[in-house]
Amino acid sequence: MSGHLITVYVPRDAAALSVGADAVAAAIRTEASSRGLPLRIVRNGSRGMLYLETLVEVETPEGRVAYGPVTPADAPGLFDAGFLTGGEHALGHGLTEEIPYFKKQERLTFARCGIIDPLSVEDYRAHGGFRGLENALAMTQADIVKMVTDSGLRGRGGAGFPTGIKWNTVMQAKADEKFVCCNADEGDSGTFADRMIIEGDPFCLIEGMTIAAIAVGATSGYVYMRSEYPHATATLRHAIKLAYDEGWLGDNIHGTDRTFHLDVRVGAGAYICGEETAMLESLEGKRGMVRAKPPLPALEGLFGKPTVVNNVLSLCSVPIILDKGGEYYRDFGVGRSRGTLPFQLAGNIRQGGIVEKAFGVTLHELLYEFGGGTITGRPIRAVQVGGPLGAYLPPSQFDLPKDYEAFAAQEAMVGHGGIVVFDDSVDMAQQARFAMEFCVAESCGKCTPCRIGSTRGMETLDKIIAGKNVDANLELLADLCDVMVDGSLCAMGGMTPYPVRSAVKHFPEDFRKKSPAVRVTHIAAE
Amino acid sequence: MNALQPWSAERAMTIVADNRHLRGALLPILHALQEEFGYIDEEAIPLLAAELNLSRADVYGVVSFYHEFRREKPGRHIIKVCRAEACQSMGANALVDHIKKQLQVDFHGTTADGSFTLEQVFCLGNCALSPAVMIDEQLHGRVTPERFDALAAEARTAPHAHPHAHPPGHGAHSHKGHAQ
Repeated sequence: MSGHLITVYVPRDAAALSVGADAVAAAIRTEASSRGLPLRIVRNGSRGMLYLETLVEVETPEGRVAYGPVTPADAPGLFDAGFLTGGEHALGHGLTEEIPYFKKQERLTFARCGIIDPLSVEDYRAHGGFRGLENALAMTQADIVKMVTDSGLRGRGGAGFPTGIKWNTVMQAKADEKFVCCNADEGDSGTFADRMIIEGDPFCLIEGMTIAAIAVGATSGYVYMRSEYPHATATLRHAIKLAYDEGWLGDNIHGTDRTFHLDVRVGAGAYICGEETAMLESLEGKRGMVRAKPPLPALEGLFGKPTVVNNVLSLCSVPIILDKGGEYYRDFGVGRSRGTLPFQLAGNIRQGGIVEKAFGVTLHELLYEFGGGTITGRPIRAVQVGGPLGAYLPPSQFDLPKDYEAFAAQEAMVGHGGIVVFDDSVDMAQQARFAMEFCVAESCGKCTPCRIGSTRGMETLDKIIAGKNVDANLELLADLCDVMVDGSLCAMGGMTPYPVRSAVKHFPEDFRKKSPAVRVTHIAAE
Repeated sequence: MNALQPWSAERAMTIVADNRHLRGALLPILHALQEEFGYIDEEAIPLLAAELNLSRADVYGVVSFYHEFRREKPGRHIIKVCRAEACQSMGANALVDHIKKQLQVDFHGTTADGSFTLEQVFCLGNCALSPAVMIDEQLHGRVTPERFDALAAEARTAPHAHPHAHPPGHGAHSHKGHAQ
């Protein structure tokens, strides 16, 4: 091994930092220098097994060997155990890629995340990066759009609209200027895939956006980041600078006549800006008020120009499609849900993290085989799927296959793939109330069902929780939910009733805690 | 956050001049003002309206729409505690009660000693390691009441707010040069 520097990986992902990754890296560095052992520390993205963070990996001839969760105090013991050559230790998990949680996944979008140095163009290229863009640079616009259409890729932000069809509309629009905007306003609780891939593989997003721009004839683009994600924003800004330096962005990309300028904009804590038209308003420097559609953003989007608006995960799926072809991607998945989705296991879950699987995997597999049940050890009572606007599902529904159509039939959403787990201590009436409270706080206020309906919904739920006229108020609540679903301008007001209705439907006992007497008389009266 | 500067119309004009070439410049300018002064001063509203050729109502409308923009000078450190569902499932509501009691403030309030301003947020993207709290720009996961007390004690004794979260080993690069 003489002259060969051992490489140790310590993630720089914000979740890893939140449990002390910087201190772990410092402790390893200190211990190495005090023992006179030269080593190279790479700050990679997360492998997505967040329950093992801080996950330290060592490069060995057999592959990368994992140790976790590591704290700074573990550093001396790891050196004593010979971890630099993959030595055995209580925190050791053997080869990272043989860990069942990881091995059972189908990583397409997250193929590089956690493996490479996120801010090394060289590393990115060594792992297949920019091959999709190189192919795109040699293709016609129509051929690129066709390949994305053929892949079956659907928007990963929530609505599941076919990406290729959206691109085709923008490509065919006539205008002096077009835009590509990436919606990175990942505001749904239980989701962190956008943050992780931007921190772990930022060039993938840059490449996907550049391909989109070439396909539709756009010359400028923006990534709309969240102010709650300072680490991701800093990483992306740095990566964009490196991409400019190496000729992958800017005028005459790699000697061709294609031009694409990319900039980062940061939101300011408004959930509604995850709605595409509110995001466009915000990018224009205005209040994030939802626009009525039509006109579609594809025809009149940012500054009134034809605009592609795609989610981070949609755009990050594009490079591999252009690299390996539409058929390769389409071969994963079921029905009309093609490809893979990075599911995010969150909340009260023993093994939380990213699980990228083809569509069709069931909640049961995700929650128990990957997630290992709750961290509190109590039974799972409910999961919320698809963010704060998604339905709460009871265990009887855990065999639903994860695909857009099967979930839509249950008023549940695949959405952005977030799955939040609750144990049996949860009070579902309080969760229903929170859904309304959240809508009160985050409604843009443009339409009445959302602005007023959410406030009235919260008040009505307060009465139900207090045991006042429960039957009449539940009826009123159901009626209010119908009005919000049917009458709201966008998904904010239109879907806030989903978690409320599902909580009432699947967990009715939680809404009658204070009024068992009322219930008895009611039943008796029937 | 670096040490905050007292409001200065002159300094604000420089910030406007640095950013006015951006398309949709109002939000980036508001962010830059808040980074410099810690809040959006009342005087900034007519100043921005005049400089950007907007009405005062337009500027006020934007400032008041976004939860992130403060109208009053904050404490030395900003504590953002997540109240969204994933954190709720791991006891965020009890953590919020604890924090309010410990700091003797409600949301948007600043502690009597000027150390902390407490804010609520909905999701910090750390949902597999809930509950989450962000102090300045440092994210913390699996925050118990005891861990919060230790983090707050550490921040309180720090002479200034934590520096900006830079990627490890790299400076944070501002990238305004490539904008249109």
